[in-house]
Formats: sequence, structure tokens, C-alpha cells
Amino acid sequence: MKIGLFVPCYVDALYPEVGVSTWRLLRSLGLDVDYPERQTCCGQPMGNAGFEHMAEPLARQFDELFAPYDYVVAPSASCAAYVRCFHPNLMKERTCEAAGKTMDIVEFLHDVVKVDSLPAHFPHKVSVHNSCHGVRELGLSSPSERNVPRYNKIIDLLKLVDGIEVVEPERPDECCGFGGMFAVEEKAVSRRMGMDKVRRHMATGAEYVTGPDSSCLMHMQGIAEKEQLPIKFIHVAQILSAGL
Amino acid sequence: MSTKHSKAAEAYQQQPDVVERHDNTFFGVRQKRDRMAQMLPEWEDLRNAASQIKKHTVTHLADYLEQFEQQATSNGVHVHWAKDAEEYNRIVYDILSSHGVKKVVKSKSMLTEECHLNENLEAKGIEVVETDLGERILQLMKLAPSHIVMPALHVHREDIGKCFREKGLMDNPTLSGYAAKPADENDPTFLTYVARMHLRQQFMEADAGMTGANFGIAATGDIVVCTNEGNADMSTAIPKLHIVSMGIEKLIPDYASMAVFQRLLARNGTGQETTVYTSHFRGPRPGGEMHIVLVDNGRSDILGNEEHWQTLKCMRCGACMNTCPVYRRSAGYSYTYFIPGPIGVNLGMLRDPKKYSDNVSACTLCCSCDNVCPVKVDLSSQVYRWRQQLDSLGKADPMKKTMSRGMSLLFNHPKLYTGALRLSPIVNWVPGFVIQSGLNPWAYGHQMMRFPKKSFHELWKEEKV
Repeated sequence: MKIGLFVPCYVDALYPEVGVSTWRLLRSLGLDVDYPERQTCCGQPMGNAGFEHMAEPLARQFDELFAPYDYVVAPSASCAAYVRCFHPNLMKERTCEAAGKTMDIVEFLHDVVKVDSLPAHFPHKVSVHNSCHGVRELGLSSPSERNVPRYNKIIDLLKLVDGIEVVEPERPDECCGFGGMFAVEEKAVSRRMGMDKVRRHMATGAEYVTGPDSSCLMHMQGIAEKEQLPIKFIHVAQILSAGL
Repeated sequence: MSTKHSKAAEAYQQQPDVVERHDNTFFGVRQKRDRMAQMLPEWEDLRNAASQIKKHTVTHLADYLEQFEQQATSNGVHVHWAKDAEEYNRIVYDILSSHGVKKVVKSKSMLTEECHLNENLEAKGIEVVETDLGERILQLMKLAPSHIVMPALHVHREDIGKCFREKGLMDNPTLSGYAAKPADENDPTFLTYVARMHLRQQFMEADAGMTGANFGIAATGDIVVCTNEGNADMSTAIPKLHIVSMGIEKLIPDYASMAVFQRLLARNGTGQETTVYTSHFRGPRPGGEMHIVLVDNGRSDILGNEEHWQTLKCMRCGACMNTCPVYRRSAGYSYTYFIPGPIGVNLGMLRDPKKYSDNVSACTLCCSCDNVCPVKVDLSSQVYRWRQQLDSLGKADPMKKTMSRGMSLLFNHPKLYTGALRLSPIVNWVPGFVIQSGLNPWAYGHQMMRFPKKSFHELWKEEKV
């Protein structure tokens, strides 16, 4: 099983440690991982902003770059979801192979590798941020709107970590208000949504907020720092790889 | 980078307590809805069935409309066809004026809002009285609905009391029947009593009653109207003339289908097992007259729209508004179309994309609306698709376009991209006063992010991963 690691553009530039954690985590499980260097972006920022045609060449580039791999794994639920749900529409002239094999790190570990133990130790209380595309496009947890059996793959994995206490906020899968360019175009509502979300995470008494999307974490962290709120943010891959 | 919606929403944020109250009120309705959904093991099957029935009906609409007309006519109902709002308003006016009607009582109907019926009739000297309590409050206050199901939930009781006093409703002599006038005139039970006494008088005086239609049943020609106040029944029980306004997409095949929608509508919309009244109208009362006006007003164009026909499945339960995190924090009046929230963003674009494009920004693409919709309209995907249209409509935001072009240039050229990655930490050195200036919308709510010394790409190159 050959795995291509996809480190999305903003993770690459702003959160390289998340990419490093994902790499180390996959290697520690004895997996054959590679990082194709010519990767850039999945195209979601342009698509969501209304310029999907600018994302079209990126979808083709992505498909070709990751053609040699059985799976593409990314530490970003939203980017993985864009490849899976939107790339096929951007590549009408031929089948998008990447769509069927691109996964977020959480679902890959949970559903494909089926990890049942991890050496990680993280003696902290963490509040889980169930990001929208993770929940409603990838199915990382059961959407609160639906009458389906309750599950949460992020929590399943976090529970394998030694010393951790895992909690969820009230309104466990309400949007944090990032939404790509929404955060700048609708900045007032975006800030309010972010404030509400950060407060609900803090009300759990957690030291950290963790989740599968650095974009949501970046948004909430920016707000928490500006308001000088005492809460920390960490990507779930960093917790799962703690101590590696 | 802003839209009319984002500016109105920003102004709304000036009163954080009002935002919080609005958000909590409507999230409370969403939670009631969730409890109802969890109580029915077959909930998701019902949604599937409802979606399929609506799809079937709208794709066989011509046949069902003819069947409906035939049945209704044989029940003694006069059926009219209106291709647009103008024709609809003319038909209603002609019916009313030929009967010498001076005053109409009407139950809630978003279609009449869509066609501006009230303004049209009033301009021609016919008094229109809304009888849904929320709608009546708004009519007295000269305000538009802020939500399609709970139109006045954003109005506080103090303001309702003030309005009732100013409009003379508190001076109604029949109020003396109230056991003991409360110390607080804004007491909700008392206000409801005041409204009831006021409306009772209106029902008695009216020459005609109008209702909307939640459903039209093709097999029988029946109209089904769901209310919590019984005001549709009151509006039709006293006046001899009943006019129904119905959008052509409200049709369903038969009562077996009705059973599916009856289980979904109130549970999903307001978190009730059923509305207090589900009123079925088959024909005129003895000695009376019943008219049904079937209104197209753009609906058959939507049917031919491959990307957006699914909006015709909508049964106006309002759940997409209640769950929308942007609607809850920006409220109905921040949208420029008369229907707000996810369904309103889409319906506005279908009405006139150039006029209503300012609402397309009001979405984070969180997809919660898709998951509460009882008929599975692909609401967020439709918003995404509308955004793709903005540039060709000449409505794309220039800054977003420039940013997207810049990103496109970088991401399509891996060498440029890695070069930019090396330079990105320079941003850390931009002085705070520049970053915090009004030119940087990110800094409005956020502390700027700090770029690490090295990107993942660079660490990889240096074999430091």
C-alpha cells in the first residue's frame, strides 16, 4: 500500500509541524509514505470564492501527481473533502481517480489502517472541534441534524492516547465561521461565530481545542489571541503523534 | 470586500445581546426539531420518501395540475391560472371587486408576499387584514416578515404592547371581559387576548377570506392549510367568499403522500408533532364561493433549470433558517430578498440574480441546511454554484477575484509556489499598525498568524521531517 502525503498549501506555509506529525504518525505505523514535492493546493479557496475554473487545472495536476499512490492522505478534512466531492465535477473530460482514494488522516487511520493502539501520551483535557466538512462531507462523525447511530471517529482515535481527557462543546458541530473568504467578506458574522465557538470550547474547561482542520483552528486561534482568551489550539495529528 | 448582506449583518452586530437572543431563540427551535427527528426511527426514510415524491410531482407537474383542476372544478371550485404576479393580483382583485368586497381577512401566505398582493389591493381601496398573529403584528408595525414560519419572533413583547396601544387595540371595549387587567400590559397572555379580541372583530366584519396552501392534493382537488392559531378556519368560516393562493409547486399526488409530509412539516419546522390545526378545504360552503388561483410566477422556468430545480421541492418549513449559523446571527432583515436564510439566498437568485446577488456571501458552506431539509434540497451546493455565476453576472467582488487570480498563479506553478513559501515569513515583519489598519479585513477580528521560519516544503528539502 503506497501512500501519497498531501500537505495542503496553508498547512505547508503556516503549520509545517502538522505535516511533520502526520508524516511521522504514518511512518510509525510501518506504512510506505511518500511526499510528492510538486504539490500545491486542492483549489478549494478559489472554488468557494466563485472562481472554480481557476481550480480546474489544479484538480488535473493533483490527479496526475498522486496517480502512483493507492491512497492520498491529508491532515485537513476540508481539503480532502474538496478533492472527493468537488474534483470529479472539475474534471468532466475524464474520471477523477484521486476522488476515491483521498482521505483525511483521521478517517484513514480509523477506517483503513484500523489502528487500535497508539504510543501517544498527552495528559491534557481537550475539546473536540468537529469541523463542518469533516462531519457533513467526510462523515468523521454523525451530523447532529440526522437521525443516524451516533459515532465520532476523532474521539475514537483520541481515546487511544494515554492520559487524555476528551470532551465536546455544546452545539458540537456548529460552524466556527471560518468558511475561507467568508471570514473576510462577512467579517462581522464570522468573528461573532468564532467568538461563540471559542466560548463554548472554553466552557468545557479544556486546555486545548483539537480538530482535523487547521483552517478552523487558525480562525479560532486568531480570535482567541486577539481577545486574549486562555485556550490553546492543536491539530489532532499532533496529539496522536505526541512523543514520536 | 463586502456585500449588502455583510454590511447589514455588521450593523446588526452592534447589539451583541440582540444577536445572542436571536441566535438562542432559533437554535432552540432547531433543538426542538432535533428531538422530534430523534423520536421517529423512520425519520431518514421519511426524508427520502418526501424528496422522491416532490421530485416525481414536479417532473410530472403538467399532468398533476390538470388532474387537480379537474377534481377541484368537479367539487364546485373556480380554478384560475396566473402566469405571473401581475396576472395573479389582477385575478384576485377582479374576484373581490365583482363581489363588492371592502375588507379581506387572510391567513399567512408567503406567495402573497412574493406577489405584493396586500399593497396592490390596498392601493385599490380594499382593506387587507392579516390574521396570523405574527403577521398581524408586523402589518400594524409596517414591517416585513423576518422569517417565513415565525415572522415576528424577532419582535420583543414590549414593542408589541407599545404598538397595540398606539393602534388603539387596547381601547377595544370587549377587553373588559378579561378577568383582571394585569399590572404589566406587556404580559404575553394579555397581549394575546388583546389580539384575539381585535381579530374577532375583523373576522366578523370581513367580506372575503383568503388563505395560502401548504399542500394541494391532485387526486381529490383538496387544499390543506396548516396553522397554529386556527386563523385559516376563522378566515373562511364567516365570510362566504374564500380565495386560495397556491404556487404550482405545492401540489402532491394524493393522501398517501400527504401522510408523509404531515409527519415531517411541523416536526421539522417548529419542533411540534403537528400543527394545532390542519385544515382541509374541498369545496365552497353552502351558499358560498371558493376560488383557487394557481400561480406560476417563474416556477416553470426553475423547473427547466438543471442546477436549481430542486428548490421546487421546498415546502417552506423554515428549518434551514433555524439551523443556519449565519441567519441566526444576522437575522432576516440583513438579506435583500424577502425570504432569508439558505432557501431565500437561492430563491432570490432565481428571481433576479443581478438584483439579489448580495445574499450569496451569507454562507460558510457548512452544509447544516442540507441535513435538516425534509425534502433534501441541495441548498449549500446551490449557493456554491451561484458563486460560480457571479463573475459572468458582473457581480464578482474585485478583491476576491484578484486574490483568487494570485493564488491560481502560485498554485499552478510549483516553483513559484515554493519560492513564495520561502518568502512568506517576511509577513511577520510587517508593522502591526499596517496589519491592523482597515485595509486588512482579517485583522478586524483576528490576531495575525505568524509564519514559521520554514515551511513543510523546506523542511522536507532539508530532510528535517
